[in-house]
Amino acid sequence: MKYATEFRDGKLARKIAAAIDAECTPDRSYTFMEFCGGHTHTIARYGLEEMLPKSIRLVHGPGCPVCVLPVGRVDSAIELARDHGVILCSYGDMMRVPGSHRMSLLRAKAAGADIRMVWSTLDALKIARENPDREVAFLAIGFETTTPPTAMALKIAKAERLTNFSIFCNHVLTPAAMRAILDGESLPLQGIIGPGHVSAVIGIEPYQEFADRGQAIVVAGFEPLDLLQAILMLTRQVNEGRPRVENAYVRALPAVGNPKAREVIAETLQLRGAFEWRGLGRLPDSALRVADDYADFDAELKFQLPYRAVPDPKSCACADVVRGLKRPEQCPLFGRTCTPDEPIGSCMVSSEGGCAAHWLYGRHRNKAAA
Amino acid sequence: MNEQPRRRDTRLFPRPLDIANGRVDMTHGGGGRAMAQLVSEIFGQAFDNEFLSQGNDMAVMPPADGRLVMSTDGYVISPLFFPGGDIGSLAVHGTINDVAMSGATPLYLSASFIIEEGLPLADLRRIVLSMADASRAAGVPIVTGDTKVVERGKADGVFISTAGVGVLADGLEIGGDRIQEGDAILVSGSIGDHGIAILSKRENLDFETAIESDSAPLHRMIRAMVEAEPEIHCLRDPTRGGLAATLNELANQSGVGLVLEEEALPIKPAVRGACELLGIDPLGVANEGKLLAFCPKDKAEALLAVMQAAPFGSDAAIIGHVVADPLKLVRLETSFGSERVVEWLNGEQLPRIC
Ligand code: SF4
Repeated sequence: MKYATEFRDGKLARKIAAAIDAECTPDRSYTFMEFCGGHTHTIARYGLEEMLPKSIRLVHGPGCPVCVLPVGRVDSAIELARDHGVILCSYGDMMRVPGSHRMSLLRAKAAGADIRMVWSTLDALKIARENPDREVAFLAIGFETTTPPTAMALKIAKAERLTNFSIFCNHVLTPAAMRAILDGESLPLQGIIGPGHVSAVIGIEPYQEFADRGQAIVVAGFEPLDLLQAILMLTRQVNEGRPRVENAYVRALPAVGNPKAREVIAETLQLRGAFEWRGLGRLPDSALRVADDYADFDAELKFQLPYRAVPDPKSCACADVVRGLKRPEQCPLFGRTCTPDEPIGSCMVSSEGGCAAHWLYGRHRNKAAA
Repeated sequence: MNEQPRRRDTRLFPRPLDIANGRVDMTHGGGGRAMAQLVSEIFGQAFDNEFLSQGNDMAVMPPADGRLVMSTDGYVISPLFFPGGDIGSLAVHGTINDVAMSGATPLYLSASFIIEEGLPLADLRRIVLSMADASRAAGVPIVTGDTKVVERGKADGVFISTAGVGVLADGLEIGGDRIQEGDAILVSGSIGDHGIAILSKRENLDFETAIESDSAPLHRMIRAMVEAEPEIHCLRDPTRGGLAATLNELANQSGVGLVLEEEALPIKPAVRGACELLGIDPLGVANEGKLLAFCPKDKAEALLAVMQAAPFGSDAAIIGHVVADPLKLVRLETSFGSERVVEWLNGEQLPRIC
């Protein structure tokens, strides 16, 4: 993949880092949030923070799908597989996320529940076709990027009249989370790095409201150079005092996103009144459920899954980590009782979670040494 | 197979096994005539050698000159057949390599099969023939074995457990606790091939370039290496968990820090591409025909030349060096110009979804 390596050129990176350094006004500080877990991962993996001037502070945002899913939803997924005899299909990331009583999908599977790791909704549909006498449910999670495949699966299931297939829908919306961050406890944020692949679906227009609230917004891709470029653009916006929405992800992103995908989503899914997020609490109009026209495929209705809110484990700081209020190493459990081998909080599971990313690439050690 | 298979004994087994359509059933493990026929017509014919034809439950071997080395390993891979190999060849190569990593010459193997009821006889024969081929090509005979059949659902096709015995020449001291500050780190070829081959087969990911498992016996390369450079401190095959797991293990065992250079890591473009796509780190992906070697820095170039000239070693490279480090960290100097810690990855790497 030559294409990818071109965006990892170290010399070019140092050039951009120098430009950022030159752009920074010495007595000023800049606080930017990288919203997306994919960005958090790149930053930790390539050590980008170490390349930046001290006056720039990056805080992690809530854009890691498994990190923001509350314990109650994980419990429901486990219940679906364990108590309803359903074949539950899940993306790999979800398997190790801890629910109540240190249970996880992985442990439920070991205890006999039929849980299958899949790479796409198409695999889940295939499993449903191959097992006509079993109920098959797909555990749908993620932001706008992973929503179109779920919507497509609903369309296909309806067209094929699959009666044994349903979706446990937990899709959430990026702008709603950003709004909650800006409404919530005051981080001194001046800018936000928006996830490029989310904009590939929703476009960049939905971020205008945040620019209107004074935030510099740059939508960026996931390679280290993309991120450095975005940070440079944010710094310039702040210095110019002209916050706006900019696109640094031009190589893959039309400004309008993907209207076709949005159409399919609008047809098959609809807004929930409210959805509980880990860390952000119950947010109105922040998540999607299966649309009424597709109600036969809604696992929550089919299996009458009630939602029970469950508090996070004691002294777990996940709620603060996903809001950018705490750095991972400020959690008392970080690296002690909570590690990727035995995650206690959800941020330690996926390598896009703030805690796992820090742990995995040893960034906490650099801080300890510094 | 180059030898003529033995003729079937028509008095004992009047009808041949229906290899084309038959399946293993519980009688094949029952100790009766059906089992005797299975053993004779599938295993006996394929593995045929002077030790097996002693016909006993054990093999008697001549005395060996040196210290004995022994290793055992179980193989439970799914799918049974994958690009570049199958469970049979893997069970031979894996155990030969485990024995050889001590510097020893592998001499004999044993093989024990746990077969799930319902396994097609054709699959079983294909696996057994592949084992026989692998063992002959490596010059390490399978001298004793066992077969059990378990009910459907109690295994996954077939599980194979092999043990290997080898002999270690005096003077060679190779081990995971002997790595020293200043050593060079070498790898015998491209990394991540096996894991990605399995993953792409298991998940039906059709990549443009077929990625094949690197499953291969490394004992001949090791022989050449220890003959050329007896001062090798450590040899280890980075199988499950990939380089990340093996290097962390070794750093702890020897109490040192390891520094890798990303640019020096041999990774096939197709494997790199697949890892990008799946969001996994090639350092955490399994290998089955690769070894890591540690030797004093001034011997590294000579050792590298020996590896590159040996079978399965043409892509060998020097990938890093050993430093003093009380934290016993494995660090990677990225081609991006930064540095990161290479952590043990937990269990099977899971794909990221976005
Ligand atoms: S260390 Fe564990 S418990 Fe603490 S915030 Fe991170 S994931 Fe949550």
